[in-house]
Amino acid sequence: MNQPTNEVHSIRRIIAASSVGTLIEWYDFYIFGSLATVIASQFFPKTNPTAALLSTLATFAAGFIVRPFGALVFGRLGDLIGRKYTFLLTLIIMGSSTFAIGLVPGYETIGFAAPIIVLVLRLLQGLALGGEYGGAATYVAEHAPPKRRGFFTSWIQTTATLGLFLSLIIILVTRRSLDVDSTKSIAKFNDWGWRVPFLVSIILVIVSVYIRLKMKESPLYTRLKTEGKTSVNPLKESFTHRSNLKMVLLALFGATMGQGVVWYTGQFYAQSFIENVCKIDFNQSRTILLWAILFATPFFVLFGKWSDTVGRKWIMMTGMLLAIITYRPLFGKLLSISDLSNKIEIPEKKEINTAIKPIASSQNSMRVVNTKYFFDDGTVMTETKSDTVYLDASRITLKPDVKLSKVLGENDYWLMVGIVFIMVIYVTMVYGPIAAFLVEIFPTKIRYTSMSLPYHIGNGIFGGLTPFIAVLLTTIYAGDKLVGLFYPIIVAGVCLLIGVLYLRNKIDPDVND
Amino acid sequence: MNALKRFAGILWIIAGPLAIYYLAQTALREIAKKPVIDTKIQWAVFVIVFIPIAIGIIIFGYYAIRGEYDHLPESSTEISD
Repeated sequence: MNQPTNEVHSIRRIIAASSVGTLIEWYDFYIFGSLATVIASQFFPKTNPTAALLSTLATFAAGFIVRPFGALVFGRLGDLIGRKYTFLLTLIIMGSSTFAIGLVPGYETIGFAAPIIVLVLRLLQGLALGGEYGGAATYVAEHAPPKRRGFFTSWIQTTATLGLFLSLIIILVTRRSLDVDSTKSIAKFNDWGWRVPFLVSIILVIVSVYIRLKMKESPLYTRLKTEGKTSVNPLKESFTHRSNLKMVLLALFGATMGQGVVWYTGQFYAQSFIENVCKIDFNQSRTILLWAILFATPFFVLFGKWSDTVGRKWIMMTGMLLAIITYRPLFGKLLSISDLSNKIEIPEKKEINTAIKPIASSQNSMRVVNTKYFFDDGTVMTETKSDTVYLDASRITLKPDVKLSKVLGENDYWLMVGIVFIMVIYVTMVYGPIAAFLVEIFPTKIRYTSMSLPYHIGNGIFGGLTPFIAVLLTTIYAGDKLVGLFYPIIVAGVCLLIGVLYLRNKIDPDVND
Repeated sequence: MNALKRFAGILWIIAGPLAIYYLAQTALREIAKKPVIDTKIQWAVFVIVFIPIAIGIIIFGYYAIRGEYDHLPESSTEISD
């Protein structure tokens, strides 16, 4: 009677220990991305071309190129020396790199050493993340009973979204709590407060390392090791043996490629679109995503559990299909909600504030005009126009800098939360069952290596590049604000075709081989 | 179904070179339009990263035509060659 109870406790401990560590790794990875603008101003001044070049490298290289390399390096280690020590190592590398970023002096203090150190630390973060996920998913799956593999691994699947959630919460709270006056608080955050989220990470990592040290090696891997059946060269076996390479390619083109773009469209491009295209203010564009994530996260577990009954394939394929069909109408609705021509202005409430400050070492001045427009549904739009007032009255600024920021009324705010929620539901459909799916198609001795690479190419490259390619498309084909969506729609479409045609829906009853 | 899987292999083989051509052409056009270091790096990253993936889909198509996906392995004992 006690044995099943002990087993349940044991698997819960395993899931908790694995998930907490993975969540912290995602948190560490996302705070850099979420604070990219502040970090750029501290370490990569735009006025210096070399520093700007390093900034571009830090953005692209770490997130997209290094992750698959991390998958290869740590995947190989995981199949050679075991899951436990490998994903303990990735956690330590990630945690110490994140903490160190919080300590690096700025460009103004140590010059070029600053952006170079930050770039190296960011590369280490990408490497560590590449090794973490495959280890955690494999470790949990190898402990899970066959009929509950989808359910147990779905907890690992919640960690990427919860890591993003945690990073946004800590950033928003820190940004608001450094001073009673909110403007001063933001200024302090941009000056030194941005370091807090990085430094906080070390506490989380120490706790997580302590928990992981107490964990035992995966039973399946231990058995293989005892029997002397571990792989001697997992990289060679994974990618040069035709029978396994064909499964790696199928996993990439039939599942992770589409899953990656749906993930990044729903959780990153949506937020970027709301902020930069719809011009919704900094805090609202982030809290909209926070609410959507909070409401949708339980669905990772729901779809993971359901996949134990109906199979993994059709849940993932349905998620992709819904995304393909509805992305354009959903993003179109986001645009129309923020469109002020659909709202009635209340002219008597209009506020105009003008501030003129002298420009140092010049006789000219900087004029900033803040105009607030109020609308009947509670929406407030702030237009900030900056231009130079020249001493010579005949000169005028030809193109003043104009920034728009809208704060939505309550109804529209929750409507946007609802739309992003739908997109995050698609994410839960494609992402909830995928760990179990990947674990089941590869054998134990090369599982860590084989599943990590398609996962990180799908997510790091196809998915991670989504916001950049989408924005790029809008600059190449200007005129259609929704043109950026063609990238995720086409990639998910190809993946859907391949998945429907070639994937099998059968749940593997035995991953002990 | 297996005939369809094999036939679709031709599509995947064609998709690879088409993707490389479109990518290279767009990269050259965009770099020529705005020849600054940011544009060059950005497009270099896209080309370097996506070309091996395009080769991957050609191999995938080749395997599909050969019937490698007619039957997917039921256990790890089938994954040995």
